[in-house]
Amino acid sequence: MKNFIFNTVKSLTLHELLRGMSLTLRYFFSKKITIQYPEQKTPQSPRFRGLHALRRYPNGEERCIACKLCEAVCPAMAITIESEQREDNTRRTTRYDIDLTKCIFCGFCEESCPVDSIVETRQFEYHGEERGDLLYTKEMLLEVGKKYEKQIAKDRKQESKFR
Amino acid sequence: MEEFLKQYLDPNFAITFSYLIKIFCIVIPVMISVAYLTYFERRVIGFMQSRIGPNRVGFFGLLQPIADALKLLFKEIILPEKSNNFLFFLAPLLSIAPALAAWAVIPFDFEMVLADINAGLLYVLAMTSIAVYGVIIAGWASNSKYAFLGSLRSAAQIVSYEIAMGFSLVGVLMCANSLNLGEIVMAQQGGISQWYCWPLFPLFIIYFISAVAETNRAPFDVAEGESEIVAGFHVEYSGMAFALFFLAEYANMILVSILAVIMFLGGWMSPFSFMSDGIFWLLAKVVFVLFFFLWFRATFPRYRYDQIMRLGWKVFIPLTLIWIVFIGAMMQTDYAEYFH
Repeated sequence: MKNFIFNTVKSLTLHELLRGMSLTLRYFFSKKITIQYPEQKTPQSPRFRGLHALRRYPNGEERCIACKLCEAVCPAMAITIESEQREDNTRRTTRYDIDLTKCIFCGFCEESCPVDSIVETRQFEYHGEERGDLLYTKEMLLEVGKKYEKQIAKDRKQESKFR
Repeated sequence: MEEFLKQYLDPNFAITFSYLIKIFCIVIPVMISVAYLTYFERRVIGFMQSRIGPNRVGFFGLLQPIADALKLLFKEIILPEKSNNFLFFLAPLLSIAPALAAWAVIPFDFEMVLADINAGLLYVLAMTSIAVYGVIIAGWASNSKYAFLGSLRSAAQIVSYEIAMGFSLVGVLMCANSLNLGEIVMAQQGGISQWYCWPLFPLFIIYFISAVAETNRAPFDVAEGESEIVAGFHVEYSGMAFALFFLAEYANMILVSILAVIMFLGGWMSPFSFMSDGIFWLLAKVVFVLFFFLWFRATFPRYRYDQIMRLGWKVFIPLTLIWIVFIGAMMQTDYAEYFH
């Protein structure tokens, strides 16, 4: 009986509703956590897996030796490689395509690469306007590598002790 | 204004014309405030969820409602193949027309009212009740089970809460001895202590909760119930037809808030005797009441259907009846002055 009276009074005074409302009112004045994207950005890890790039050695030689490990390991089968023997008897790729529409950005290609040639950069703001624009060829990937080499090298160096 | 127009126009035409101008002076601000209520709502709910809400379109996102309206204007109106075409298009009109028509008797300031009729309160109640036909017909004409369920729920809910709402207004009538909205406000003259929200406090709370239920707002939005019946009665509507339902819902929200202010919070009367009365008090109070609508939506989860029915029939109706009897009894005692 005592409980009944207590509960009735509690529900008639809207006690629980008012408590809920006081909570939302407190949040109304609390700090907002929205990140306003183009102006503000969340911090990125040096291990960020974004757009792919092919790297060169400082002397300008391509790193890739066409071992095709990345092609083999790629779970989405997004990488296509064709190779040939160059005049100096080294093996190089003639074709290195990554279909970014297939790619799942797992980072296996980067992990499998014995010469740190194929890497994933921090770039994630890219787009294609037509069909096929996201099929990156060797030239395009080397271009990406050239553009962001500084950042790529810095991130690899920072992560080197964990690899 | 009539006299001014009569100098230039045919007298009969001048009367019509002056009424038309007055109607536009009400409808256009209502439409604009509906648009900005949606903006206000998104902002307030965003703030309560630690977000900042729309702030991209225009300064502080103030052009967002206009962008939304334009988007809806350009959208295709899809007509379900097996729907009843006539009723399908009649429904949005049936819900928007009463929502706007009810504004005719709302006094915005002393003598500032389009139609100063004696049964103003009854007229408003009638108009807000007609609005439910829009919902019911929309659900039926759509020929969709979700829409139909939504309209059935909405019909049952509005019938239940209309009674509680009516009863709580009976209390106001007993205090004010008038059905004229302007006279009800005038009876609350003399500062915050004279407002009817004090002697009629339980009725005020019940009126407000019933008003939330009447307008199908959260936590009583079972007629829409996104998680159960997709979007309820307006699943099949798109483009401007949908926008009309949207407009009607928000216009009704503003309307019941303005009624709450007129009945219980002293209308355009200033809360302090040293400050002058005026329409800005009415607007400030309406914004305050509307904030509660948004606050509720950000706080409470949706009621279960049977809980809504229980609350309406088993709690609100007995409570309002008890309080009406109590007021009636008190009016026969020496304390009668506190109830006038």
